[in-house]
Amino acid sequence: MSGAPIGRWGPLSGTIAPMNVVVCVKQIPDPAAPAALDAQSHTLVREGKLILDDSDAYGVEMGLQLAAEDGEVTLVSMAPNGEVSGLRTGLAMGAAKAILVSDGALKGSDALSTAKVLAKAIERAQPDLVIAATESTDGYTGTTPVQIAELLGMPSVTFAKKISVANGSVRVERQTEAGYDEVECPLPCVVTVTAGVVEPRYPSFKGIMAAKSKPVDQLTVADLGLDASSVGWAGAGQEITGVAAAEERGAGELVVDEGDAHERIVAFLEQLKLV
Amino acid sequence: MTAPVTGDDMELDAEHRELRETVERFARTEVAPVIGDYYEREAFPYDLVAAMGAMGLFGLPFPEEHGGMGGDYLALCLAIEELARVDSSLAITLEAGVGLGAMPIYRFGTDAQRQQWLPRMCSGEMLGAFGLTEPGGGSDAGATRTTARRDGDDWVIDGSKAFITNSGTDITGVITVTAVTGRSGDRPEISAIMVPSGTPGLAVAPPYSKVGWLASDTHELSFAGVRVPAGNLLGEKGRGYAQFLQILDEGRIAIAALAVGLAQGCVDECLRYAADRHAFGRPIGSYQALQFKIADMEVRTHVARLAWRHAARLLARGVPFKRQASIAKLVASDAAMANARDATQIFGGAGFVNDTPVARFYRDAKILEIGEGTSEIQRILIARDLGLPGGE
Ligand SMILES: Cc1cc2nc3c(=O)[nH]c(=O)nc-3n(C[C@@H](O)[C@H](O)[C@H](O)COP(=O)(O)OP(=O)(O)OC[C@H]3O[C@@H](n4cnc5c(N)ncnc54)[C@H](O)[C@@H]3O)c2cc1C
Ligand SMILES: Cc1cc2nc3c(=O)[nH]c(=O)nc-3n(C[C@H](O)[C@H](O)[C@H](O)COP(=O)(O)OP(=O)(O)OC[C@H]3O[C@@H](n4cnc5c(N)ncnc54)[C@H](O)[C@@H]3O)c2cc1C
Repeated sequence: MSGAPIGRWGPLSGTIAPMNVVVCVKQIPDPAAPAALDAQSHTLVREGKLILDDSDAYGVEMGLQLAAEDGEVTLVSMAPNGEVSGLRTGLAMGAAKAILVSDGALKGSDALSTAKVLAKAIERAQPDLVIAATESTDGYTGTTPVQIAELLGMPSVTFAKKISVANGSVRVERQTEAGYDEVECPLPCVVTVTAGVVEPRYPSFKGIMAAKSKPVDQLTVADLGLDASSVGWAGAGQEITGVAAAEERGAGELVVDEGDAHERIVAFLEQLKLV
Repeated sequence: MTAPVTGDDMELDAEHRELRETVERFARTEVAPVIGDYYEREAFPYDLVAAMGAMGLFGLPFPEEHGGMGGDYLALCLAIEELARVDSSLAITLEAGVGLGAMPIYRFGTDAQRQQWLPRMCSGEMLGAFGLTEPGGGSDAGATRTTARRDGDDWVIDGSKAFITNSGTDITGVITVTAVTGRSGDRPEISAIMVPSGTPGLAVAPPYSKVGWLASDTHELSFAGVRVPAGNLLGEKGRGYAQFLQILDEGRIAIAALAVGLAQGCVDECLRYAADRHAFGRPIGSYQALQFKIADMEVRTHVARLAWRHAARLLARGVPFKRQASIAKLVASDAAMANARDATQIFGGAGFVNDTPVARFYRDAKILEIGEGTSEIQRILIARDLGLPGGE
């Protein structure tokens, strides 16, 4: 296991209340199983069992590490058919409770509608910190978390590789192409974490047994006080008009070393603007 | 990907299913990419064992008060099966560590002995071993030659043990050995005694050069005047033989689960390969000769899985399970051998090259018909349980 990249910094005053961390977890079709698109809507078929998106396992792990000393993690998810399998995995890892929004009216939701729903659900948990993944594995628009922040009126920090919390603010090492920026931001806020920055724990059998009795609050669109016409197909601002097969990969270019191979490779990379 | 097992999963409760899926994910993500290298180097995978410890696998069947997970033998066997689906060396390290190392201490130990050893064994920080087999023989366990005599407040042990799993790792903490401690009538009285690693007089021979299980730790041990406190007796004096028979009965279910994992691993690999590999312009999986082979592999795996799960259910219910455990071990080790042979055939030349998983399966399968009671011994036990007249 890699060294814990998370820690509280600075003195912690005894009067600070336990930290309430919300982690957004998307439940997705198992990427290892063959995927299918719905012929009419061109969206991913989500009828089978859904599992915890690997991208979100990093967020859950970060949340658990941050809340380990004094706090708890609440999972928030929107998924079809009352799916809880992925939430169970997060609860078995150690999250305290979960909120699931599932409603037929959500069918066809785009990233903005999803953000509206998640923001309403997150509000209920009164978080000090909201964690989401930088992008999901299946849809990967990477737009949901910042829209959530906007709707909640919270600041957001993206691409976190390390998070620490103290004295009502969060300090984030924000990954950049060259290295990382240090960003400080007042709580409550939304932080998105990059895949691979922590080693998510595997749930133990004790954790799995304990998850059985942890509360999962199942909510509908009406429960959230949202108008059904603002979400789902009705509320979607985007529409998938068509789907085409990806272009087959062309044959690669073979560089045979005749003494000048490195120059030709550099030239090729320059052409791709990679160097 | 998990399709072949889904049907058999339906009879598991949600928690056992989740455990199975978790270990499956661990094996696929953490073990599969690196285990071939350990195997080639015949190196013990300490970091993977530590990760298994962190997941609580070594504490699965033990209560929380001893540092365990509060699960049961079924949970342990599911974990063993899923590991063996990818790699048998790790699966046997878990099986022997829990079934042979920790279980006798849990079953027969005093409170003090449990407190001393179990928490570190449950966390995977420490491995235990069980030394029954001797260079002179394993099947006839009653013929044990190793002796332990009382000298003041100590036991003094002399003799040797052969093929002892987990006995020489850096994290091996204790080896429980069977030894003759006296005679009752014309029979030797056998007891079980715990020998901490590093006790003077205990010599651990260099590892065997084995055919399979190359990333598992196996050594011959010799005991020359090894002195341990009288309190290291495990269970009742003179009950060692009966105790280990009980441990071996359960252990057969775990070995059966391990064999089913290997058999399933062969099915998994062949499904992939038969779809990808082409001959004469078609995927080889489109030829009925190979389809029948793979169908037979699946049949054996399924039947053997039902056999071990049934035995595990009887064990959990506290009713006699001896015969069913022997049947499970017999059919499962047969299935493992047959599937390994067929999978290697389906892989063609690639199956004969050490860096493919099926080559590892082929090398790892044979021991399953030998360890923890040979196939002959299983048949003897089944026949005896059926009430057939005894010759011996
Ligand atoms: C046309 C269309 C139809 C769709 N139909 C349906 C449908 O019928 N049912 C359905 O459930 N979804 C449906 N979706 C998926 C949609 O709701 C996605 O969740 C949303 O578009 C965000 O997708 P993304 O993968 O791009 O998120 P990204 O912005 O890439 O996600 C980043 C992170 O935000 C968080 N996040 C994103 N989505 C969720 C979520 N749902 N729950 C919790 N956390 C989340 C996660 O932490 C995630 O890793 C549809 C999408 C489109 C575009
Ligand atoms: C890798 C490995 C790990 C092991 N780990 C352990 C361990 O952790 N602890 C431990 O105590 N042991 C361990 N063993 C030993 C194993 O359990 C024995 O090898 C096994 O029980 C067989 O004993 P044996 O090798 O002495 O064979 P033998 O008893 O000499 O048997 C030789 C052959 O004769 C047959 N045979 C014997 N008696 C009869 C009979 N009455 N009727 C018909 N056939 C008979 C046997 O079936 C076998 O085919 C391990 C072995 C290996 C190879």
